Amino acid sequence: MNGLTYLKNVVTLSLDIQKCNGCKMCTIVCPHEVFIIKDKKAFIDKKDLCMECGACEKNCPQVAISVKSGVGCAAGIINGILRGTEPSCDCSSSNAKSGCC
Amino acid sequence: MNKKDYIIGKIDTAAGKVPVISTVWSNSDLISTIKVRWAIGRMNYKVKQGFYAIGTPDENSDIFVSANFKLSFDHLRKALHDMNAWVLVLDTKGINVWCAAGKGTFGTKELTYRIKAHELDKIVNHKNIIVPQLGAVGVSAHEVKSKTGFRVIYGPVRASDINAFVNAGYKATPEMRKVSFPLKERMKLIPVELSYGKYYLLFIPALFFILSGINSKGYSVDLAWTTGGKAFVNLFTAYLCGSVLTPILLPWIPFKRFSLKGLSIVWVLSILLFYFNFFGNTITEIISWFLITGSISSFLAMNYTGTSTFTSLSGVQKEMKTALPMQIGFAALGLIGWIIKRFI
Ligand code: SF4
Ligand code: SF4
Repeated sequence: MNGLTYLKNVVTLSLDIQKCNGCKMCTIVCPHEVFIIKDKKAFIDKKDLCMECGACEKNCPQVAISVKSGVGCAAGIINGILRGTEPSCDCSSSNAKSGCC
Repeated sequence: MNKKDYIIGKIDTAAGKVPVISTVWSNSDLISTIKVRWAIGRMNYKVKQGFYAIGTPDENSDIFVSANFKLSFDHLRKALHDMNAWVLVLDTKGINVWCAAGKGTFGTKELTYRIKAHELDKIVNHKNIIVPQLGAVGVSAHEVKSKTGFRVIYGPVRASDINAFVNAGYKATPEMRKVSFPLKERMKLIPVELSYGKYYLLFIPALFFILSGINSKGYSVDLAWTTGGKAFVNLFTAYLCGSVLTPILLPWIPFKRFSLKGLSIVWVLSILLFYFNFFGNTITEIISWFLITGSISSFLAMNYTGTSTFTSLSGVQKEMKTALPMQIGFAALGLIGWIIKRFI
C-alpha cells in the first residue's frame, strides 16, 4: 500500500488499553492492519492507514475502541452539506465496487 | 432471460424445503455483471433474501452469509463451487456487503433476525456462521452471539479466498484480511464514476459549444465550430485526467490529496494543449483554460475518495475544506475570463 496512503494525523481512532483483554478481534476485522497485539494487549500500530470504517469499534467486546466512523467520500460529504445532514453516501446498487461508495 | 435461473432444485431440511443454487454462472449472470459496472438499469440486480443450499449440505455443513446484491451473491456461489454449504442471504436492499454494512442494512439486527427466521439452529448442529470480513462494519460478533448463540467467524475479504480459508481451518492469512486497491479494481471503477456524472459531463461541453459562437459582433456559427471544437478537446482532456488517469496512476502521483492528484496531472497535459494552441493565444484565454481544466479534473479526482479503499471521513473532510473553495474559485474565474475574451 506504499503509494496508497492518505492524509496524516487526522484519524479519530483511539484505544483504551486498560479495557483491552487481548482477544484479537480488532486485528481480525480491520482491513488495513492498523492494530497489532503485544503481550496480550492491542496497540494502534499504523494509525494513518485507518479509514474510519468502524469495524473494530463495533466488534470489540470490551468497548475499548472508539472511532468516529463514516464513509470518506467527497460526494457523500457534499450531499450532507446540501441537505444539512451528516455525510451520507448515495450509492445505489450500481456501485459494484468491492468496497464502498 | 429467466431471472432465477440460478435456482436448480430443492432440498429437504428439518425446517422445510430450501432452494438449491447453482455455482456456475449462466450467460445472463455474466451480462448482468457487465451491466452493473456500467450502471445500466441499476435496480434489477437484487436476488431474493433467504436461505439457500449449495450441493447437498447437511447438519454439519458451513453457513456463509451474503448480501442480496446480485454481484455479491454471484461471487459467493461461484467461490463455493465443489462444496456442500448453506448460504444465508441478508436483505441489504440490493447493496453490496461493505456499503450495506456502512449503512447498517448488513448488520447485527438483520443477521439476528434471519438466523431466527430461517431456524438455523434446527438445520445445523453447530453454532458457527461465516460472515465476510467487510460485514464487520455493520455486524457486532459478540452481540450476535448473545442474541442467537451463533458465533460469527469472519471470513476473508474476497470470496475467491474462501476455499483456502476453509482448508486452512477457518483461518485467514493477513493478505486475505487486507483490502487492497490494485490497478484492476481501480479500472473497474472508471465506468462507475463516469456513468454517475454522465449528464453533467455532457452538459458542460454543450454549454461551451453554444457560448463559443458569441463574439462582439453577434453570433457566428463558424466560430462556434472552431472555438467550440477546441473547447471540447480541452474539456475532454480534463475529464480524462480526473476520471481515468487519476485512478489509474493513483499510487504514482506524488500527492496525498486526490484534488491535487487531479490538478497536477491535468496541468501536465494542459501544457501540451497550450503548446498545440488549443488554449487560444491571448493570456486571458490561456489562464482561463488552465483554471477551468484544473478545477474540473481536481473535482472529478476528488470524487474517487468515495470509491477508494483507504480514505477516512476525517481526511476527506479536511481535504475538501480547502479543495472545494479552490475548485469553485478556479471554475468561476476561468469561466469569467473565457467569456470576457469572447467580447474583446
Ligand atoms: S477487540 Fe478490543 S479487547 Fe479485543 S484485542 Fe482489540 S482492543 Fe483488545
Ligand atoms: S476503523 Fe476500520 S480501518 Fe480503522 S482501525 Fe478500525 S477497523 Fe481498522
